[in-house]
Amino acid sequence: MLLEQLVNGITLGSIYAIVALGFTLVFGVLGIINMAHGEIFMVGAFVGVMTTSVLGWPLWLAFIASIVVTGILGYLLERITLRPLRGKKGVSHLAPLISTIGVSILLENLSHHIFGAGNQPFRSSFAEISIEIGSITIYLVQIVIFAISILLMIGLTIWLSKTKAGKALRATAENLETASILGVDTKKIITLTVIIASAMGGIAGILVGMAFNSVSPQMGLSMGLKGLAIIILGGMGNVKGAMAGGLILGLSETFLVAFGDSGYRDAIAFIMIIFILLLRPQGIFGSKIAEGR
Amino acid sequence: MKVLVRKTIGIMTVLMLFILAACSGTSTETGTESESGDNTEQASGTLSAKIGVVSYLTGAGAAYGEAITQGLKLAQEEINEQGEVNIELVIEDSAGEADQALSAAQKLMNDDEILAIIGPTLSTEFLAVAPEADLNGIPIIGTSTTVDGIPEIGDYVFRNAIPESLAIPAAMEKAVERTNAKKVALIYGNDDAVTKGGFEVMERTAKEMGLEIVATETFQKGQSDYNAQLTKIKNGNPDLVLASALYNEGAVIMDQARKMGIDVPFVGGNGFNSPQAIEIAGEAANGLIVGTPWFGESDDPKVVEFNEKYEAKFGKLPDQFAAQAYDALYIYADALKRAGEADRDVFRDALAETKDLEGLLGNFSFDEIGDVVMDVTVLEIKDGKFVEFE
Repeated sequence: MLLEQLVNGITLGSIYAIVALGFTLVFGVLGIINMAHGEIFMVGAFVGVMTTSVLGWPLWLAFIASIVVTGILGYLLERITLRPLRGKKGVSHLAPLISTIGVSILLENLSHHIFGAGNQPFRSSFAEISIEIGSITIYLVQIVIFAISILLMIGLTIWLSKTKAGKALRATAENLETASILGVDTKKIITLTVIIASAMGGIAGILVGMAFNSVSPQMGLSMGLKGLAIIILGGMGNVKGAMAGGLILGLSETFLVAFGDSGYRDAIAFIMIIFILLLRPQGIFGSKIAEGR
Repeated sequence: MKVLVRKTIGIMTVLMLFILAACSGTSTETGTESESGDNTEQASGTLSAKIGVVSYLTGAGAAYGEAITQGLKLAQEEINEQGEVNIELVIEDSAGEADQALSAAQKLMNDDEILAIIGPTLSTEFLAVAPEADLNGIPIIGTSTTVDGIPEIGDYVFRNAIPESLAIPAAMEKAVERTNAKKVALIYGNDDAVTKGGFEVMERTAKEMGLEIVATETFQKGQSDYNAQLTKIKNGNPDLVLASALYNEGAVIMDQARKMGIDVPFVGGNGFNSPQAIEIAGEAANGLIVGTPWFGESDDPKVVEFNEKYEAKFGKLPDQFAAQAYDALYIYADALKRAGEADRDVFRDALAETKDLEGLLGNFSFDEIGDVVMDVTVLEIKDGKFVEFE
């Protein structure tokens, strides 16, 4: 029972972590919360469903399709809703937040219109492969989800700290104007960031579809809120914080159900936020001036 | 308590009458105008009426509103084609929220041309809207509202949805009879009046039947991961799982349960009874037992025809909610014919007298308080199809 719940918790936590990574990346560079991230995640899941069940594509191709579509969405998000608001006089710093909320409403209703309101099944033979260890069954998908989340975290950390593009990104995050004076093409960097974050949302979407076999137009909302809770918990704009926060939330939700009352499951994220804001407002891994992101 | 409520409502009605009387001076003019309008229509032979519909069209449960409005539109088309009455539907969205449902319904109630209301979809919403409709003297019918105490709200409140307190015990008795179940586990959505009401009926029935409850778990609408709850249920080793869930969540729960190795039958409430459950869960849906008035695979020519027409028009098979909505509009049309005029009070009286109306769901009558009189069929999903439970 304990082991099984541990596996459940880690799976859920890894998914939360991947979603939160996308949030944290955009926040780290642009300093805004991308409210459309949950919906981009949902679109990624739907692309997975459509390509595998309707078009019958193999899974790896579905992954690529999902990454491409969400990447394009990320580009459009930046180009149409974020860039026009950036650096203009008289535009409130809340304006980009509001415009991403608009995008999230648009995407949710669009997919509602196209795919209908209910849950869509995600049929994939890959999701059926399982390993039995003693009395517990572990699905290959669960292992893959955990592995992908770890890989993404390590990959992002290395990319941010070692590569030129990563350094440019951090410079942009530090100070947009200075970075551009120093020869960083900040427009390109910001676009790249939003595209990468969105593509990670797409990956998370397809993984959730496989793990839980349920994809619906409303799935983005709750995932988005959880992602938000996690980056507050782990520290805004912090990659390690997103990962740790995701796992903490996934595990605590699962164990609350296992040993307590399942009715309080969704409350735990917000109870945690209250405590973290009181005790350590910058988040577990955050510092007063965020660094190392 | 109930007496007290009745009395308060009574007093409020009297007060309302005074207020109405005070206002009548201004409203007479429009009143006569609309009456003369009715007369000309009657002269031409068809009786016209506007019916307000409040339905759950956007949000997590929009699938229900979609089925309901599609059922209504199909019925409307057929009824208007027959030519005896002409029904116009005015559809409003409730978004699954009680306050939105109420404001949508108030908008409809304030329109004098609206004869009666169908909906809202969820019992939670209906419980907010119905007392208001009753006070305003506008007939209202619930097509998907299954909790206890709906028609008891007032004289103008009706339903044609079979209550959970009828459907669930019937299904549980048959399931226990066949499987010899001793231990049961419960899982239910704790944020909705229907699934909560269903759970209460399940728990009560389980206790009455002397079954041991090994686990009681909850979930919320739109959740996608049920593994934690199901692992707990699995460890209790139940012989039956009683799942008070709407099909959208219920089907995913069954899928995850089967993957985890919970192979026992599931007993569900009204909200679980939909071909969509099979669509979503596939093979995992086998072994679901539900009590319902609606049997989509029935060879009753009325049902077969309805299935064909519905699929041709909307591209998918109808579920219980579409069928109940379809029947509800026929019940309204029938009452309207008997009433002979589009007047709310005359219409209500005619509606209350509905008896032995042959609908999709079988022979239909209202009892003295406006609740359903109907037989329950117990169905089970076997090899990816709903069949009658043996």
